[in-house]
Amino acid sequence: MQYVIIGNSITSVGCIESIRKHDTTGAITVIGEENHPIYARPLISYLLQGKTDEQKMTYRDEGFYQKHGVQVLTGRRVEKIEVEGQLLRLDDGSSMQYDKLLIATGSIPFIPPMKNLEEVEHRHTFLSLSDAKELEAELQPSSRVLIIGAGLIGLKCAEGILERVQSVTVVDLADRILSSILDEEGSARVQTHLEQIGIRFHLGDSVREFCGQEALLTSGKVVGFDILVLAVGVKPNIALAKDAGLAVNKGILIDQACRTSNPHIWAGGDCSEGWELLSGERRNLALLPNAYMQGETAGYSMAENEQRFENAIAMNAIGFFGLHIITAGIYQGEDLCFATEKGYKRLFIKDDHLVGCILIGDQVARGGIYTNLIRSRTDLRTLDFAMISEQPALMAFAQKVRSEQLGRAQ
Amino acid sequence: MKKIYVNEQWCLACHLCEYYCAYANSGLSDMVQALKDKPLHPRIQVEQRGTVSFAVNCRHCSEPLCLKSCIAGAITEKDGLIVIDQDKCVGCYSCIMACPYGALMPSESGVMQKCELCATNSHGLPVCVQGCPNQAIVYEER
Ligand SMILES: Cc1cc2nc3c(=O)[nH]c(=O)nc-3n(C[C@H](O)[C@H](O)[C@H](O)COP(=O)(O)OP(=O)(O)OC[C@H]3O[C@@H](n4cnc5c(N)ncnc54)[C@H](O)[C@@H]3O)c2cc1C
Repeated sequence: MQYVIIGNSITSVGCIESIRKHDTTGAITVIGEENHPIYARPLISYLLQGKTDEQKMTYRDEGFYQKHGVQVLTGRRVEKIEVEGQLLRLDDGSSMQYDKLLIATGSIPFIPPMKNLEEVEHRHTFLSLSDAKELEAELQPSSRVLIIGAGLIGLKCAEGILERVQSVTVVDLADRILSSILDEEGSARVQTHLEQIGIRFHLGDSVREFCGQEALLTSGKVVGFDILVLAVGVKPNIALAKDAGLAVNKGILIDQACRTSNPHIWAGGDCSEGWELLSGERRNLALLPNAYMQGETAGYSMAENEQRFENAIAMNAIGFFGLHIITAGIYQGEDLCFATEKGYKRLFIKDDHLVGCILIGDQVARGGIYTNLIRSRTDLRTLDFAMISEQPALMAFAQKVRSEQLGRAQ
Repeated sequence: MKKIYVNEQWCLACHLCEYYCAYANSGLSDMVQALKDKPLHPRIQVEQRGTVSFAVNCRHCSEPLCLKSCIAGAITEKDGLIVIDQDKCVGCYSCIMACPYGALMPSESGVMQKCELCATNSHGLPVCVQGCPNQAIVYEER
């Protein structure tokens, strides 16, 4: 058996770990374009902030590949998948046969057209360790940094570099920050926090044109900068799959076992579009837990021990300068809001089920109890909802449920 | 594998498990020195309401969602024991987002902590269980 994985990141690790639970002898080869052993991608901002280092941010131990009997080709790019011959063409001219293939090619940056963008000399994206190192090499205490995009990646980048530069200015077309995961109140609270720490925002605005070291905004404002970071968003990296004729939408279409439309090919993680629990639709969930669990599911299926991943939801934990945020699910149905001076919570309830939550600041503790209610589709009538909506606690469950939770091997 | 299980009906809400946990993970050999006049950061926590109380700590799940959600690769499993490498943890709260039991929490330094059944401190066996006066928590195979 020859298992081949394209992409050497989170999804790939999930796949390797689950294949090896059932197949200890099949050959596994991983082909990764990046010239690094596997690392924790979300930690690149923490690296610039000095909260981790390259040694610590390895996603798995040094011995990982060897322990799992994996051959890794780093710095090698797959150019083409030939589905008829089950063959991969690599950038060095070589080819490789596969019996079962996982496509885990992740995300690529999405960059909207901006006039004269190509002429900006110090221009970066912020998706990889190399991106982070290239950005770091240019940072000076006198640097004025302009970040396009007030989403997760743009703001994590801002946090990572703020203390190392003179100024950080963020521009976003949306009229509020983190608009994909927060409601208006949440966005406003986090924005106030970030502004107090020194980040400047131009929201509901965009770059009309770059002119030397200046960005001319649609609003007419002019922002001077030395370094530009493009963090508008990411999109699934589907070029190989599309070229091979696999069914794709925005991402590579997969079922609940992470199979693609080709019987020998699986896909998972940021490049894919699998079934989301709450919408009942296929969604691209470009988040790490989802990547790991899809990789894991694909691996089980590839090793012929099929398990279905049926409760994928968006769930995200993120923090900026000590203000932490947990969000999960979808924001539909009735809602309950609780606000304190140091925090904010909003719960979304639909048909007696919790379907979404936003937890900020002093409301994040034990937030997993809420995300579990969402993922497990718990009927809220089976527990003391008044109690649990006030504070996540196992106390709110029926005693019988709790004796299972705490009295039985999990 | 032996784990900690809760006998809710025996819990007295005395919170001794929390004290023993904080002591066991303090690195100090003297309990008074470890706890006196210091904020406690126990990895086991008692929930209490009216006459009902019980202790909650890591269940050491066979499908650990905390591990699968950790963005740093700081949480690992070895022979059923789920441990966190606090050197690798960056304190992002993903494990808190994921744990169905609410069993992880920030440590004094801001990175996350969890019950490791005293297997990774100098005690070797869960000190909370040894200190529980009423067998409301037990360490056994189930
Ligand atoms: C700055 C930043 C912060 C983030 N923070 C969080 C967070 O806090 N929480 C969270 O849940 N998620 C976060 N994410 C998202 C998370 O990193 C991704 O969801 C996760 O990395 C997806 O894993 P993946 O394996 O699917 O793809 P990726 O990690 O994108 O890896 C894909 C790999 O495939 C390689 N590849 C692509 N094409 C080829 C080819 N043709 N040949 C060979 N190799 C190829 C790429 O080089 C890359 O190494 C963050 C992302 C970034 C960039």
